[in-house]
Amino acid sequence: MRLEAENVRFRYHKKQAWVLKDLDFGVEQGECVGLLAPSGYGKTTLAMLLAGYLAPSEGEILLDGIPLSTKGVCPVQLICQHPEHAVNPRWRLRKVLEESGEIQEEMLASLGIEKEWLNRFPRELSGGELQRFCAARALMSNPAFLICDEISTMLDVITQAQIWNKICDEAQKRNMGVVVITHNLPLAERICKKIIRLDIIHNDNSFPF
Amino acid sequence: MKDTPVLEICDLSVAFKMYDSVFGQRDLQVISDLSIKVYGGEILAIAGSSGSGKSLLASAILGILPENAIVTGDMRYNGQKLTPELQEKLRGTEMALVPQSIAYLDPLMKIGVQTDGHKKPYPKEKRRHIFRRLGLSKSTEKLYPFQLSGGMARRVLVSTALIANAWLIVADEPTPGMSLEQALEAMALFREMADDGKAVILITHDIDLAFAFADRIAVFYAGTTVENASALDFRTKPDALRHPYSKALWRALPQNGFEPIAGVQPYAGNLPQGCLFAPRCSCKSPKCEQEAPPMRELRGGEVRCFYAT
Repeated sequence: MRLEAENVRFRYHKKQAWVLKDLDFGVEQGECVGLLAPSGYGKTTLAMLLAGYLAPSEGEILLDGIPLSTKGVCPVQLICQHPEHAVNPRWRLRKVLEESGEIQEEMLASLGIEKEWLNRFPRELSGGELQRFCAARALMSNPAFLICDEISTMLDVITQAQIWNKICDEAQKRNMGVVVITHNLPLAERICKKIIRLDIIHNDNSFPF
Repeated sequence: MKDTPVLEICDLSVAFKMYDSVFGQRDLQVISDLSIKVYGGEILAIAGSSGSGKSLLASAILGILPENAIVTGDMRYNGQKLTPELQEKLRGTEMALVPQSIAYLDPLMKIGVQTDGHKKPYPKEKRRHIFRRLGLSKSTEKLYPFQLSGGMARRVLVSTALIANAWLIVADEPTPGMSLEQALEAMALFREMADDGKAVILITHDIDLAFAFADRIAVFYAGTTVENASALDFRTKPDALRHPYSKALWRALPQNGFEPIAGVQPYAGNLPQGCLFAPRCSCKSPKCEQEAPPMRELRGGEVRCFYAT
Protein backbone atom coordinates (compact mmCIF):
# COMPACT_ATOMS: atom_id res chain seq x y z
CA MET A 1 0.00 0.00 0.00
CA ARG A 2 1.13 3.51 -0.67
CA LEU A 3 -0.16 6.83 0.59
CA GLU A 4 0.59 9.70 -1.71
CA ALA A 5 -0.11 13.31 -2.34
CA GLU A 6 -0.19 14.01 -6.04
CA ASN A 7 0.36 17.52 -7.32
CA VAL A 8 -1.35 18.88 -4.28
CA ARG A 9 -2.07 22.56 -3.96
CA PHE A 10 -3.75 24.03 -0.97
CA ARG A 11 -4.77 27.40 0.36
CA TYR A 12 -7.05 28.27 3.23
CA HIS A 13 -8.84 31.04 1.38
CA LYS A 14 -9.22 32.13 -2.25
CA LYS A 15 -7.65 35.48 -1.48
CA GLN A 16 -4.66 34.02 0.31
CA ALA A 17 -1.43 32.69 -1.04
CA TRP A 18 -0.82 28.99 -1.57
CA VAL A 19 0.33 27.18 1.53
CA LEU A 20 1.31 24.12 -0.48
CA LYS A 21 2.03 24.31 -4.17
CA ASP A 22 2.35 21.38 -6.59
CA LEU A 23 3.54 19.07 -3.91
CA ASP A 24 4.33 15.42 -4.48
CA PHE A 25 4.87 13.28 -1.46
CA GLY A 26 4.59 9.57 -0.89
CA VAL A 27 5.08 7.02 1.83
CA GLU A 28 5.11 3.23 1.49
CA GLN A 29 3.60 0.81 3.93
CA GLY A 30 6.12 -0.15 6.59
CA GLU A 31 8.23 2.90 5.87
CA CYS A 32 9.10 5.62 8.37
CA VAL A 33 9.57 9.03 6.79
CA GLY A 34 10.68 12.16 8.61
CA LEU A 35 9.30 15.49 7.48
CA LEU A 36 11.25 18.59 8.44
CA ALA A 37 10.77 22.27 7.67
CA PRO A 38 10.81 25.58 9.51
CA SER A 39 7.65 26.67 11.28
CA GLY A 40 4.95 27.99 8.95
CA TYR A 41 5.92 25.94 5.87
CA GLY A 42 2.74 23.87 5.84
CA LYS A 43 3.82 20.72 7.66
CA THR A 44 0.64 20.56 9.72
CA THR A 45 -1.44 21.44 6.66
CA LEU A 46 0.12 18.52 4.80
CA ALA A 47 -0.58 16.25 7.77
CA MET A 48 -4.24 17.31 7.81
CA LEU A 49 -4.48 16.75 4.05
CA LEU A 50 -2.93 13.29 4.25
CA ALA A 51 -5.27 12.25 7.05
CA GLY A 52 -8.32 13.59 5.25
CA TYR A 53 -9.13 16.44 7.64
CA LEU A 54 -8.76 18.92 4.80
CA ALA A 55 -9.42 18.46 1.11
CA PRO A 56 -6.77 19.73 -1.30
CA SER A 57 -7.74 22.73 -3.41
CA GLU A 58 -6.15 20.99 -6.39
CA GLY A 59 -4.58 17.58 -6.79
CA GLU A 60 -5.39 14.39 -4.93
CA ILE A 61 -4.53 12.37 -1.86
CA LEU A 62 -4.43 8.72 -2.88
CA LEU A 63 -4.31 5.57 -0.81
CA ASP A 64 -3.34 2.73 -3.10
CA GLY A 65 -4.39 4.81 -6.08
CA ILE A 66 -7.85 5.51 -4.70
CA PRO A 67 -8.89 8.78 -3.02
CA LEU A 68 -9.39 8.48 0.74
CA SER A 69 -12.85 7.28 1.65
CA THR A 70 -14.89 9.55 3.88
CA LYS A 71 -16.82 6.64 5.40
CA GLY A 72 -15.83 4.44 8.32
CA VAL A 73 -12.61 4.59 10.29
CA CYS A 74 -9.96 6.37 8.27
CA PRO A 75 -7.00 4.08 7.57
CA VAL A 76 -4.75 7.13 7.88
CA GLN A 77 -4.71 8.35 11.46
CA LEU A 78 -3.29 11.66 12.62
CA ILE A 79 -1.86 12.39 16.06
CA CYS A 80 -2.10 16.14 16.43
CA GLN A 81 0.39 18.69 17.61
CA HIS A 82 -1.86 20.05 20.34
CA PRO A 83 -3.55 17.21 22.22
CA GLU A 84 -5.68 19.67 24.18
CA HIS A 85 -7.41 20.61 20.92
CA ALA A 86 -7.82 17.01 19.79
CA VAL A 87 -10.02 15.64 22.56
CA ASN A 88 -13.55 16.59 23.51
CA PRO A 89 -13.19 18.72 26.67
CA ARG A 90 -16.56 17.52 27.99
CA TRP A 91 -15.84 13.82 27.71
CA ARG A 92 -14.07 11.72 30.26
CA LEU A 93 -10.97 10.14 28.75
CA ARG A 94 -12.51 6.67 28.86
CA LYS A 95 -15.09 7.86 26.35
CA VAL A 96 -12.40 9.56 24.29
CA LEU A 97 -10.53 6.26 23.98
CA GLU A 98 -13.63 4.17 23.38
CA GLU A 99 -14.20 6.14 20.22
CA SER A 100 -11.74 3.82 18.54
CA GLY A 101 -13.08 0.58 19.93
CA GLU A 102 -12.60 -1.51 23.01
CA ILE A 103 -9.85 -0.34 25.34
CA GLN A 104 -6.74 -2.52 25.09
CA GLU A 105 -5.10 -2.87 28.50
CA GLU A 106 -1.76 -3.79 27.02
CA MET A 107 -1.72 -0.63 24.92
CA LEU A 108 -2.42 1.54 27.96
CA ALA A 109 0.36 -0.09 29.93
CA SER A 110 2.95 0.26 27.19
CA LEU A 111 2.14 3.95 26.73
CA GLY A 112 2.26 4.56 30.48
CA ILE A 113 -1.41 5.48 30.91
CA GLU A 114 -2.68 5.09 34.47
CA LYS A 115 -6.08 3.43 34.90
CA GLU A 116 -7.23 6.27 37.12
CA TRP A 117 -6.76 8.80 34.32
CA LEU A 118 -9.59 7.19 32.38
CA ASN A 119 -12.11 8.75 34.75
CA ARG A 120 -10.72 12.23 34.41
CA PHE A 121 -11.59 15.12 32.16
CA PRO A 122 -8.95 16.38 29.70
CA ARG A 123 -8.26 19.57 31.64
CA GLU A 124 -7.23 17.49 34.64
CA LEU A 125 -4.27 15.97 32.80
CA SER A 126 -1.01 17.47 31.63
CA GLY A 127 -0.21 17.94 27.95
CA GLY A 128 2.12 14.97 27.86
CA GLU A 129 -0.42 12.73 29.54
CA LEU A 130 -3.10 13.72 27.05
CA GLN A 131 -0.78 13.06 24.15
CA ARG A 132 -0.45 9.44 25.25
CA PHE A 133 -4.22 9.09 25.02
CA CYS A 134 -4.13 10.52 21.51
CA ALA A 135 -1.42 8.02 20.54
CA ALA A 136 -3.40 5.15 22.07
CA ARG A 137 -6.58 6.26 20.31
CA ALA A 138 -4.82 6.38 16.95
CA LEU A 139 -3.04 3.03 17.36
CA MET A 140 -6.13 1.21 18.65
CA SER A 141 -8.02 1.81 15.42
CA ASN A 142 -5.38 -0.25 13.59
CA PRO A 143 -4.43 2.29 10.93
CA ALA A 144 -2.42 1.49 7.83
CA PHE A 145 -0.67 4.83 8.09
CA LEU A 146 0.09 6.99 11.09
CA ILE A 147 0.89 10.68 10.80
CA CYS A 148 2.66 12.06 13.86
CA ASP A 149 2.60 15.85 13.92
CA GLU A 150 5.19 16.89 16.50
CA ILE A 151 3.74 14.51 18.99
CA SER A 152 6.59 14.34 21.44
CA THR A 153 7.64 17.93 22.09
CA MET A 154 5.58 18.11 25.26
CA LEU A 155 7.02 14.92 26.70
CA ASP A 156 10.15 14.43 28.73
CA VAL A 157 12.93 12.66 26.88
CA ILE A 158 12.48 9.34 28.66
CA THR A 159 8.79 9.19 27.84
CA GLN A 160 9.62 10.35 24.32
CA ALA A 161 11.97 7.46 23.86
CA GLN A 162 9.41 5.04 25.33
CA ILE A 163 6.58 6.22 23.09
CA TRP A 164 8.69 6.28 19.94
CA ASN A 165 9.97 2.81 20.67
CA LYS A 166 6.36 1.68 21.09
CA ILE A 167 5.24 3.32 17.84
CA CYS A 168 8.20 1.92 15.90
CA ASP A 169 7.53 -1.57 17.34
CA GLU A 170 3.88 -1.43 16.38
CA ALA A 171 4.74 -0.05 12.96
CA GLN A 172 7.07 -2.96 12.32
CA LYS A 173 4.63 -5.53 13.69
CA ARG A 174 1.69 -4.26 11.66
CA ASN A 175 3.71 -3.11 8.67
CA MET A 176 2.37 0.39 9.20
CA GLY A 177 3.63 3.47 7.39
CA VAL A 178 4.64 6.36 9.63
CA VAL A 179 5.18 10.03 8.80
CA VAL A 180 7.13 11.82 11.51
CA ILE A 181 6.85 15.59 11.57
CA THR A 182 9.41 17.09 13.90
CA HIS A 183 11.91 19.85 14.47
CA ASN A 184 14.22 17.53 16.29
CA LEU A 185 16.81 16.40 13.75
CA PRO A 186 18.59 13.91 16.04
CA LEU A 187 15.23 12.25 16.71
CA ALA A 188 14.35 12.06 13.02
CA GLU A 189 17.77 10.64 12.21
CA ARG A 190 17.27 8.04 14.88
CA ILE A 191 13.88 6.68 13.87
CA CYS A 192 13.42 7.49 10.17
CA LYS A 193 15.02 5.80 7.20
CA LYS A 194 14.25 8.73 4.97
CA ILE A 195 14.12 12.43 5.77
CA ILE A 196 12.35 14.93 3.56
CA ARG A 197 12.89 18.67 3.90
CA LEU A 198 9.68 20.38 2.90
CA ASP A 199 11.45 23.71 2.45
CA ILE A 200 13.86 22.21 -0.06
CA ILE A 201 11.47 20.22 -2.26
CA HIS A 202 9.16 23.13 -2.04
CA ASN A 203 11.36 26.15 -2.36
CA ASP A 204 9.25 27.96 -4.95
CA ASN A 205 6.70 28.40 -2.18
CA SER A 206 5.23 31.86 -2.11
CA PHE A 207 5.54 32.05 1.64
CA PRO A 208 2.09 32.78 3.02
CA PHE A 209 2.83 34.89 6.06
CA MET B 1 23.22 40.89 42.84
CA LYS B 2 23.27 37.52 44.52
CA ASP B 3 21.90 38.74 47.88
CA THR B 4 18.11 38.23 47.78
CA PRO B 5 16.72 35.83 45.27
CA VAL B 6 13.99 37.25 43.06
CA LEU B 7 11.96 34.20 43.82
CA GLU B 8 12.50 31.80 46.65
CA ILE B 9 10.29 28.80 47.18
CA CYS B 10 10.62 26.74 50.32
CA ASP B 11 8.90 23.41 50.94
CA LEU B 12 6.06 24.13 48.58
CA SER B 13 3.28 21.57 48.49
CA VAL B 14 0.25 21.61 46.26
CA ALA B 15 -2.70 19.30 46.73
CA PHE B 16 -6.04 19.04 45.00
CA LYS B 17 -9.31 18.29 46.72
CA MET B 18 -10.98 15.48 44.85
CA TYR B 19 -14.29 13.73 45.27
CA ASP B 20 -13.84 9.97 45.31
CA SER B 21 -17.33 8.89 46.34
CA VAL B 22 -20.63 10.58 46.97
CA PHE B 23 -19.65 11.91 50.39
CA GLY B 24 -15.93 11.30 50.40
CA GLN B 25 -13.34 13.90 49.64
CA ARG B 26 -9.63 13.39 49.62
CA ASP B 27 -6.55 15.41 48.92
CA LEU B 28 -4.32 14.42 46.06
CA GLN B 29 -0.82 15.66 46.70
CA VAL B 30 0.86 16.60 43.42
CA ILE B 31 3.81 18.71 44.54
CA SER B 32 5.60 17.94 47.78
CA ASP B 33 8.47 19.66 49.60
CA LEU B 34 9.70 21.52 46.62
CA SER B 35 12.36 24.18 47.03
CA ILE B 36 13.88 26.36 44.35
CA LYS B 37 15.58 29.71 44.25
CA VAL B 38 16.15 31.97 41.31
CA TYR B 39 18.31 35.07 41.38
CA GLY B 40 18.26 38.13 39.21
CA GLY B 41 20.48 37.73 36.18
CA GLU B 42 20.10 34.03 35.77
CA ILE B 43 18.06 31.44 33.95
CA LEU B 44 16.89 28.50 35.99
CA ALA B 45 15.84 25.65 33.77
CA ILE B 46 13.41 23.10 35.11
CA ALA B 47 13.62 19.74 33.44
CA GLY B 48 11.87 16.59 34.43
CA SER B 49 9.27 14.05 33.58
CA SER B 50 5.93 15.06 32.12
CA GLY B 51 3.31 15.24 34.79
CA SER B 52 5.85 15.90 37.53
CA GLY B 53 4.16 19.17 38.43
CA LYS B 54 6.23 21.61 36.41
CA SER B 55 3.29 23.50 34.96
CA LEU B 56 1.52 23.44 38.33
CA LEU B 57 4.55 25.10 39.84
CA ALA B 58 4.25 27.84 37.23
CA SER B 59 0.58 28.30 38.07
CA ALA B 60 1.37 28.31 41.79
CA ILE B 61 3.95 31.08 41.35
CA LEU B 62 1.49 33.20 39.39
CA GLY B 63 -1.37 32.29 41.70
CA ILE B 64 -3.63 30.97 38.99
CA LEU B 65 -4.32 27.49 40.30
CA PRO B 66 -7.94 26.32 40.24
CA GLU B 67 -10.05 26.78 43.36
CA ASN B 68 -9.76 23.25 44.63
CA ALA B 69 -5.99 23.53 45.02
CA ILE B 70 -4.43 23.80 48.47
CA VAL B 71 -1.04 25.48 48.50
CA THR B 72 1.21 25.29 51.54
CA GLY B 73 4.78 26.40 52.04
CA ASP B 74 6.64 29.61 51.67
CA MET B 75 7.03 31.65 48.50
CA ARG B 76 8.94 34.91 48.56
CA TYR B 77 9.29 37.49 45.84
CA ASN B 78 12.27 39.80 46.46
CA GLY B 79 12.08 38.87 50.11
CA GLN B 80 8.39 39.73 50.33
CA LYS B 81 5.91 37.00 51.11
CA LEU B 82 3.97 36.13 47.99
CA THR B 83 0.33 36.40 49.03
CA PRO B 84 -2.63 36.03 46.66
CA GLU B 85 -3.11 39.82 46.76
CA LEU B 86 0.51 40.45 45.87
CA GLN B 87 0.37 37.84 43.13
CA GLU B 88 -2.60 39.56 41.60
CA LYS B 89 -0.80 42.89 41.69
CA LEU B 90 2.41 41.55 40.16
CA ARG B 91 0.83 39.36 37.53
CA GLY B 92 1.31 40.84 34.09
CA THR B 93 3.47 43.69 35.37
CA GLU B 94 6.39 42.24 37.33
CA MET B 95 5.73 38.57 36.79
CA ALA B 96 4.93 37.21 33.36
CA LEU B 97 3.99 33.76 32.17
CA VAL B 98 4.56 32.10 28.84
CA PRO B 99 1.78 29.53 28.98
CA GLN B 100 2.30 25.99 27.81
CA SER B 101 -0.86 25.68 25.81
CA ILE B 102 -1.62 27.80 22.78
CA ALA B 103 -5.23 27.56 23.96
CA TYR B 104 -4.32 30.50 26.22
CA LEU B 105 -4.61 32.83 23.23
CA ASP B 106 -7.99 34.53 22.98
CA PRO B 107 -9.50 33.02 19.82
CA LEU B 108 -11.54 36.15 19.08
CA MET B 109 -8.79 38.73 19.36
CA LYS B 110 -6.34 39.68 16.66
CA ILE B 111 -2.73 38.89 17.50
CA GLY B 112 -1.46 42.47 17.59
CA VAL B 113 -4.06 43.80 20.03
CA GLN B 114 -3.78 40.66 22.10
CA THR B 115 -0.03 40.94 22.46
CA ASP B 116 -0.13 44.60 23.46
CA GLY B 117 -2.30 43.82 26.46
CA HIS B 118 -3.71 46.57 28.63
CA LYS B 119 -0.66 48.81 28.64
CA LYS B 120 -1.28 52.29 27.38
CA PRO B 121 0.02 53.73 25.17
CA TYR B 122 0.18 50.45 23.28
CA PRO B 123 3.79 49.26 22.99
CA LYS B 124 3.46 48.91 19.22
CA GLU B 125 7.08 49.64 18.30
CA LYS B 126 8.43 47.28 20.90
CA ARG B 127 6.06 44.56 19.85
CA ARG B 128 7.11 44.89 16.22
CA HIS B 129 10.72 44.74 17.28
CA ILE B 130 10.17 41.52 19.23
CA PHE B 131 8.08 40.04 16.41
CA ARG B 132 10.91 40.81 13.98
CA ARG B 133 13.44 39.14 16.22
CA LEU B 134 11.28 36.03 16.46
CA GLY B 135 10.71 35.94 12.72
CA LEU B 136 7.05 36.94 12.76
CA SER B 137 6.20 39.27 9.92
CA LYS B 138 4.24 42.48 10.38
CA SER B 139 1.14 40.94 8.81
CA THR B 140 0.93 38.46 11.68
CA GLU B 141 -0.59 41.12 13.92
CA LYS B 142 -3.72 41.22 11.79
CA LEU B 143 -4.36 37.47 12.05
CA TYR B 144 -6.51 35.52 14.48
CA PRO B 145 -4.96 32.69 16.52
CA PHE B 146 -6.54 29.93 14.43
CA GLN B 147 -4.74 31.25 11.35
CA LEU B 148 -1.33 30.69 12.92
CA SER B 149 0.75 27.56 12.72
CA GLY B 150 1.75 25.90 15.98
CA GLY B 151 5.23 27.39 16.01
CA MET B 152 3.97 30.87 15.19
CA ALA B 153 1.41 30.76 18.00
CA ARG B 154 4.16 29.71 20.35
CA ARG B 155 6.31 32.66 19.29
CA VAL B 156 3.37 35.01 19.88
CA LEU B 157 3.05 33.63 23.41
CA VAL B 158 6.73 34.23 24.03
CA SER B 159 6.43 37.80 22.81
CA THR B 160 3.51 38.50 25.17
CA ALA B 161 5.79 37.80 28.10
CA LEU B 162 8.77 39.69 26.71
CA ILE B 163 6.72 42.78 26.03
CA ALA B 164 5.55 43.01 29.65
CA ASN B 165 9.08 43.88 30.77
CA ALA B 166 8.65 41.77 33.87
CA TRP B 167 11.27 41.04 36.52
CA LEU B 168 10.34 37.42 36.73
CA ILE B 169 9.46 35.44 33.64
CA VAL B 170 8.07 31.96 33.98
CA ALA B 171 8.25 30.30 30.59
CA ASP B 172 6.38 27.02 30.46
CA GLU B 173 7.70 25.10 27.47
CA PRO B 174 8.16 28.04 25.14
CA THR B 175 9.90 26.28 22.27
CA PRO B 176 7.87 23.32 20.93
CA GLY B 177 6.88 23.78 17.32
CA MET B 178 9.68 26.20 16.61
CA SER B 179 12.46 25.29 14.28
CA LEU B 180 15.92 25.14 15.78
CA GLU B 181 16.91 28.62 14.58
CA GLN B 182 13.76 30.16 16.01
CA ALA B 183 14.12 28.31 19.27
CA LEU B 184 17.70 29.55 19.52
CA GLU B 185 16.54 33.11 18.90
CA ALA B 186 13.84 32.78 21.56
CA MET B 187 16.43 31.45 23.98
CA ALA B 188 18.76 34.29 23.11
CA LEU B 189 15.95 36.73 23.95
CA PHE B 190 15.48 35.07 27.33
CA ARG B 191 19.23 35.21 27.85
CA GLU B 192 19.22 38.95 27.14
CA MET B 193 16.43 39.44 29.66
CA ALA B 194 18.47 37.59 32.24
CA ASP B 195 21.59 39.57 31.42
CA ASP B 196 19.54 42.70 32.13
CA GLY B 197 19.22 41.46 35.70
CA LYS B 198 15.87 39.76 35.36
CA ALA B 199 15.08 36.29 36.55
CA VAL B 200 13.87 33.64 34.14
CA ILE B 201 12.40 30.26 35.02
CA LEU B 202 12.43 28.07 31.97
CA ILE B 203 10.37 24.91 32.07
CA THR B 204 11.35 22.75 29.18
CA HIS B 205 11.72 19.33 27.66
CA ASP B 206 14.25 20.52 25.10
CA ILE B 207 16.92 19.82 27.62
CA ASP B 208 19.83 20.05 25.22
CA LEU B 209 18.72 23.59 24.40
CA ALA B 210 18.20 24.45 28.06
CA PHE B 211 21.66 23.21 28.97
CA ALA B 212 23.21 25.55 26.45
CA PHE B 213 21.49 28.71 27.72
CA ALA B 214 20.62 28.19 31.36
CA ASP B 215 22.80 28.85 34.40
CA ARG B 216 21.32 26.25 36.67
CA ILE B 217 19.10 23.24 36.18
CA ALA B 218 16.55 21.81 38.58
CA VAL B 219 15.43 18.28 37.80
CA PHE B 220 11.88 17.34 38.81
CA TYR B 221 10.49 13.93 39.42
CA ALA B 222 7.02 13.06 40.74
CA GLY B 223 6.36 16.47 42.23
CA THR B 224 9.65 17.28 43.85
CA THR B 225 13.18 18.34 42.95
CA VAL B 226 15.65 15.48 42.80
CA GLU B 227 18.69 17.47 41.74
CA ASN B 228 19.92 21.05 41.51
CA ALA B 229 22.99 21.38 39.37
CA SER B 230 24.85 23.96 37.37
CA ALA B 231 24.11 23.71 33.67
CA LEU B 232 27.78 23.04 33.07
CA ASP B 233 27.43 19.58 34.61
CA PHE B 234 24.82 18.66 32.03
CA ARG B 235 26.92 19.90 29.17
CA THR B 236 29.80 17.59 29.94
CA LYS B 237 28.77 13.98 30.45
CA PRO B 238 26.45 11.86 32.58
CA ASP B 239 29.14 11.16 35.19
CA ALA B 240 29.08 14.80 36.24
CA LEU B 241 25.41 14.43 37.15
CA ARG B 242 24.36 13.28 40.56
CA HIS B 243 20.92 11.71 40.58
CA PRO B 244 20.24 8.45 38.69
CA TYR B 245 17.16 10.04 37.13
CA SER B 246 19.18 12.93 35.70
CA LYS B 247 21.57 10.41 34.22
CA ALA B 248 18.66 8.50 32.73
CA LEU B 249 17.38 11.73 31.16
CA TRP B 250 20.74 12.36 29.59
CA ARG B 251 20.93 8.86 28.14
CA ALA B 252 17.43 9.01 26.68
CA LEU B 253 18.32 11.91 24.37
CA PRO B 254 18.25 10.77 20.74
CA GLN B 255 21.84 11.93 20.27
CA ASN B 256 23.03 10.11 23.42
CA GLY B 257 21.70 6.62 22.87
CA PHE B 258 17.91 7.00 22.93
CA GLU B 259 17.66 4.37 25.65
CA PRO B 260 14.67 4.83 27.92
CA ILE B 261 14.68 3.31 31.38
CA ALA B 262 11.74 1.01 32.02
CA GLY B 263 8.68 1.90 34.04
CA VAL B 264 6.67 5.04 34.57
CA GLN B 265 6.71 7.83 37.10
CA PRO B 266 4.64 6.92 40.18
CA TYR B 267 1.18 8.38 40.05
CA ALA B 268 0.45 11.22 42.49
CA GLY B 269 -2.18 9.32 44.50
CA ASN B 270 0.05 6.32 44.87
CA LEU B 271 3.56 7.46 45.73
CA PRO B 272 6.06 4.94 47.11
CA GLN B 273 6.95 5.27 50.74
CA GLY B 274 10.69 5.79 50.39
CA CYS B 275 12.63 7.38 47.58
CA LEU B 276 10.25 8.36 44.75
CA PHE B 277 12.61 7.05 42.11
CA ALA B 278 13.38 3.75 43.86
CA PRO B 279 10.99 1.56 41.79
CA ARG B 280 12.91 2.43 38.61
CA CYS B 281 16.37 2.83 40.06
CA SER B 282 19.09 0.35 39.21
CA CYS B 283 21.18 0.99 42.32
CA LYS B 284 18.50 0.98 45.00
CA SER B 285 18.90 -0.71 48.36
CA PRO B 286 16.29 -1.75 50.96
CA LYS B 287 16.94 1.56 52.68
CA CYS B 288 15.66 3.47 49.63
CA GLU B 289 12.31 1.71 49.83
CA GLN B 290 11.88 2.54 53.51
CA GLU B 291 13.04 6.07 53.86
CA ALA B 292 12.80 9.16 51.67
CA PRO B 293 16.24 10.68 51.14
CA PRO B 294 16.58 14.35 52.13
CA MET B 295 18.14 16.96 49.87
CA ARG B 296 21.87 17.10 50.48
CA GLU B 297 24.75 19.07 49.08
CA LEU B 298 27.15 17.37 46.76
CA ARG B 299 29.87 18.71 44.49
CA GLY B 300 28.43 22.23 44.37
CA GLY B 301 24.91 21.03 43.69
CA GLU B 302 22.14 19.39 45.59
CA VAL B 303 20.75 15.90 45.23
CA ARG B 304 18.00 13.84 46.80
CA CYS B 305 19.67 10.42 46.89
CA PHE B 306 21.52 8.39 49.52
CA TYR B 307 24.09 6.96 47.17
CA ALA B 308 24.90 9.71 44.72
CA THR B 309 28.59 10.47 44.52
